[in-house]
Amino acid sequence: MQAAYVARRFGVFLLIVWLAGTLNFFLPRLSGQDPVLTKLLQQAALGGYVQGGIEEMTREYQQRFGLDKPLWHQYVTYLEGVARLDFNYSIANYPRTVRELIADALPWTVGLLGTATLLSFGLGTFLGALLAWPRAPRWMAWLMPPLWALHAIPFFLLGLILTYLLAFRLPLLPIFGGYSAGATAAFSWSFFWDVFQHALLPALSIILVSTGGWALGMRGMMVTTTGEDYILFAEAKGLKAPTVFLRYCVRNAVLPQVTALALALGQILSGAVLVEVIFGYPGIGTLLYQAIRESDHFVIQGIVFTVVVALGFTTFVLDVIYPWLDPRISYRRA
Amino acid sequence: MRGIFRYLHRNPSLTVGVILLAVLALFVVVGSLLVDVEDARPLSVPALRPPSADYPFGTDRQGRDLLAVMVAGTPLTLRIGFIAGLLGVGLGTVLAFMGAYYRGLPDTIIRGVADIGLTVPGLLVLIIIAVSIKGTLTVNQMAIVVASLAWLYPTRTIRAQVLSLRERGYVEVARLSGMSGPQIIFFELMPNLLPYLAATLVAAVSSAVLASIGLEVLGLGAIDAPTLGMTLYWVNFNAAMINGWWWWWTAPTVIILVVFLGLFFLTVGLDEIANPRLRRAA
Repeated sequence: MQAAYVARRFGVFLLIVWLAGTLNFFLPRLSGQDPVLTKLLQQAALGGYVQGGIEEMTREYQQRFGLDKPLWHQYVTYLEGVARLDFNYSIANYPRTVRELIADALPWTVGLLGTATLLSFGLGTFLGALLAWPRAPRWMAWLMPPLWALHAIPFFLLGLILTYLLAFRLPLLPIFGGYSAGATAAFSWSFFWDVFQHALLPALSIILVSTGGWALGMRGMMVTTTGEDYILFAEAKGLKAPTVFLRYCVRNAVLPQVTALALALGQILSGAVLVEVIFGYPGIGTLLYQAIRESDHFVIQGIVFTVVVALGFTTFVLDVIYPWLDPRISYRRA
Repeated sequence: MRGIFRYLHRNPSLTVGVILLAVLALFVVVGSLLVDVEDARPLSVPALRPPSADYPFGTDRQGRDLLAVMVAGTPLTLRIGFIAGLLGVGLGTVLAFMGAYYRGLPDTIIRGVADIGLTVPGLLVLIIIAVSIKGTLTVNQMAIVVASLAWLYPTRTIRAQVLSLRERGYVEVARLSGMSGPQIIFFELMPNLLPYLAATLVAAVSSAVLASIGLEVLGLGAIDAPTLGMTLYWVNFNAAMINGWWWWWTAPTVIILVVFLGLFFLTVGLDEIANPRLRRAA
């Protein structure tokens, strides 16, 4: 039973991988662009002279890249490459491959986004639970309006405002980048501190916004849960308030939050891309921004594929651990 | 009229949302009377002036009057959001009703596509679509690109609503009294979902605006259109923050803030109309 459930979820994951690869392959070709010709014309325009024989060069390169083969053949070759995470060379940073560029940038994004998402999910869920708890202190109610308002703001906009206040006006934190210029990457405290300082503002702009969202969702669930009969029964039995709160209310109300987390990951990532661009943070988002500016299509496609697959995998993991969190649905869903 | 005010008093979110958006509309209308919108083009005014009596919002490095940019750009950005939101919710409604009312294989496919599509980071897919299109996008093309994913969320949520409604007693009565499928959908289900559809539409407009600004900040927008997102692109492109040109990004930031807060509170307020049980929680 369990194996069937995991296998089905894994099937969905494979489907996502295949769809992402196929989308990457066919969308640019649908528009009828010729990447080789476009690039050569760009080079010629940069050089400022009209090159004779550009047709032959195009044909030569197309042969080299296998672009003269029939479409299905190209498609199979492409999927083979993608399966090996081989996304070709970066056009703008030529000898480097797309895989290298992504491998350099990915840890930054995973670190920033992972920490920020976990922190805001935990904090928001806890705050939201307290907000709906009848015995919570009165002043908690005042937290609601600011949380609501923050929740409606895009990450990167709050990032702009925070940068101005905390990095430009009051120069408390660094304004740009992932580490100081000239700092050498080493396993030393000073480097860690430097990286931490640089990550603080981008992380803060994600955490402040998304905490509100998680708090709102959790509060909604808690309002329903605290009205349940089993809560009344638990209180009537004389259980301690913290036990009722954590083991009876939160335990049940948190389940839809986890489902929501799986659904929100994509949105969070989309927002984080822009945060990185605003802060010049050396992760996937900034790499993507540069690739778009240099029309480095292989890098763009590589990033989109990697991110879609990474998120698909995370969703798969969440799906698999979910029945463990909520034994009621265990594996018997159609 | 008194009734409307009394209701707005009971529903503060709706009031706040309506007021914020009304202020924005007023700004655009009054602004377009006072300012020459042509000054939103580059090289029409002196560059990089901080706010002054002549240029209340200052001017940018390429010589645009930022007040004129805001007056011209706010409606453009909202237009992208509105077209994309309308297309998304329209398509979503049709798919959701077809799927949830008739069930069967089409429903399974619609649900599957929406579920899988929602786990994928939308902005990245939109980027792939946007870079695949030849040349730079126009404002209307941008709206259509954004709409290509805007139907996923409405489809999912509206479908869930229809699934619950179709089991109600009055739908059963309608079915037994011989009403056809489309008749039930249009005369029994649709009227009950109108407030919900309105809330969904506002939320969809909001996320479409967000997606379009995202694409624009990344440099995939209409280069010659003075939208709010393009203004932020130029802010970032010229490193206005580090150079201390605070007025350049202040105006678009404040307006985008008002747009999102207004749309958010409007959604919450409409949600409350659609689902009166939420009042207990408020």
